[in-house]
Amino acid sequence: MPHDTGPAVKIDVARGTFNVARRNFVDPGILQAEHDKIFDHCWLYLGHESELQKPGAFLTRSVGGRNLIFTRDNKGQLNAMLNACPHRGAQVCRERSGVAKTFQCFYHGWVFGTDGALRGLPGAEAYQPDFQQRPETQLVHVPRMESFRGFVFVNFDKDAVSLDEYLGNAKEYLELVADHSEAGMAIVGGTQEYAIRANWKLLAENSFDGYHAATNHSTYLDYLRSTTGGLVPIELAGTGRALGNGHGVVEYKAPWGRPIAQWIPAWGEDGKARVDAIYKKLVERHGEARADRIAHSNRNLVIFPNLVVNDIMAVTVRTFYPKTPDLMSVNGWALAPQDEHADDRQARLYNFLEFLGPGGFATPDDIEALEQCQAGYSNMQEAPWNDISRGMGKETPAYDDEVQTRSFWTEWNRRLFGDQP
Amino acid sequence: MSNKTPLTRSDVEDFLFTEAELLNSWKLPEWLALFTDDGVYYVPSTDVAPMASPDNNLFYIADDHFRLSERVKRLMKRTAHVEFPRSKTLRLVSNVRILAQTEDSLSVSSAFITYRTKDAVTDTYFGNHYYQFVRDEAGLKIREKRSMLASDGLRAQCRISIII
Repeated sequence: MPHDTGPAVKIDVARGTFNVARRNFVDPGILQAEHDKIFDHCWLYLGHESELQKPGAFLTRSVGGRNLIFTRDNKGQLNAMLNACPHRGAQVCRERSGVAKTFQCFYHGWVFGTDGALRGLPGAEAYQPDFQQRPETQLVHVPRMESFRGFVFVNFDKDAVSLDEYLGNAKEYLELVADHSEAGMAIVGGTQEYAIRANWKLLAENSFDGYHAATNHSTYLDYLRSTTGGLVPIELAGTGRALGNGHGVVEYKAPWGRPIAQWIPAWGEDGKARVDAIYKKLVERHGEARADRIAHSNRNLVIFPNLVVNDIMAVTVRTFYPKTPDLMSVNGWALAPQDEHADDRQARLYNFLEFLGPGGFATPDDIEALEQCQAGYSNMQEAPWNDISRGMGKETPAYDDEVQTRSFWTEWNRRLFGDQP
Repeated sequence: MSNKTPLTRSDVEDFLFTEAELLNSWKLPEWLALFTDDGVYYVPSTDVAPMASPDNNLFYIADDHFRLSERVKRLMKRTAHVEFPRSKTLRLVSNVRILAQTEDSLSVSSAFITYRTKDAVTDTYFGNHYYQFVRDEAGLKIREKRSMLASDGLRAQCRISIII
């Protein structure tokens, strides 16, 4: 990507400013460079192990521009394969999820195991005797697939660093989520599939932006105030942190209920007893300090480039991909303890929907904000820069500062343009 | 009690057309008054069974009556940014069928197309509504409205910031 249009990111430490060119949100050349240098080389979230419980379970999912089949084969192993018949390329699996012994391509009838091995093909005698065993007649596996505490990632670069090294400091925050329950965490049935008419990076920024809550989400805060029993007397307060490799997090206290494990009056005395019991178990397993952190702190985590794990009034897992510079598709899931009490599960999902998702009381206003930003970038020739300077130079950035967003952009800039600013 | 005549499809259509008109004209508090005090409104995600429970499945919208009233309050504010300025909407209701009827209850299905236009972009929502009504001397009230999208998620529409 040439620099003849000026820098993509402009940092002036003396003046305390960090600026991002609005061109980065509209230029098709930038999008192509993102595919080549980010999505083809970074670890991308594929799914959660809990989504494939039984041998033979499969789902299809679009990741990094590829159509993948994610399976648990009959030996119980996870596989991520490109959904394209080695013969002519048709998608061999056309369902979004299910349980299967084999996948048969409907075009010419080649049959594959859930591990991708070619099991048979009509008229096999018309081919060379070893044809069915050749590497090029098997379904192609994604070059790399690794998982961390139930979160499964793929990488299309066979030479990429390990997932463990890539996640780095972000692992601490995934562990805090994975540690909610001894029984393990699982994706709840039902996917929120939507889109936003804006550049994908705006959603990365928005997902851990603590600064916009008071204005953009004033109606959600109004709603919290009118819920039965009112707000718990907790101020929004906390810190932001750059985690390296482009990852970042904000961690803070907030006045909403958390099924793990911050009670609100709306949940009644029964709910209080259950939340107390959950908290007691957390203390037994993790000690007072970590239990307090798991239960009473909220975390909005962005793993570069496009995985959001927000452990807030519920836990949402969210990924998003650009379709064009000004359009992204978004998938959102709810993650919950496997062994959750039915009433807590209900409270969790209601909490989720009150804020999150395209029909919630908050996310639609985020969508509007992102689309209005995108519309504003039509003016970029005369108004070319975004500002991401909040809290620059602070030793301990607050949750509503922007150190985590600068972390994202610094890595983005490094991947596209190298270490030179 | 026993002298209620069964309601006809036309009776139900009159109700549904009135409901659509209230929503089209942004008379949301009046629309809310069509519900019973325990009336609920659901929009399931599109990869769960149409009659799935919101207690253990992630929906787009699962409002009990309190949240539904809060949704209406929110949408009437200027600070419901996604609907400021308010979108123009048009609802078409068709294929109305009374599925079951007793003296004091009805279940009804209909097909819908809802258009939402804002900033010169028109989004189209379509699918089936399923209603459970209670019937008393005063007429019909909605106990449950469930809007089942016939699209694959909200890929084309992006959000569901209106009552469809």
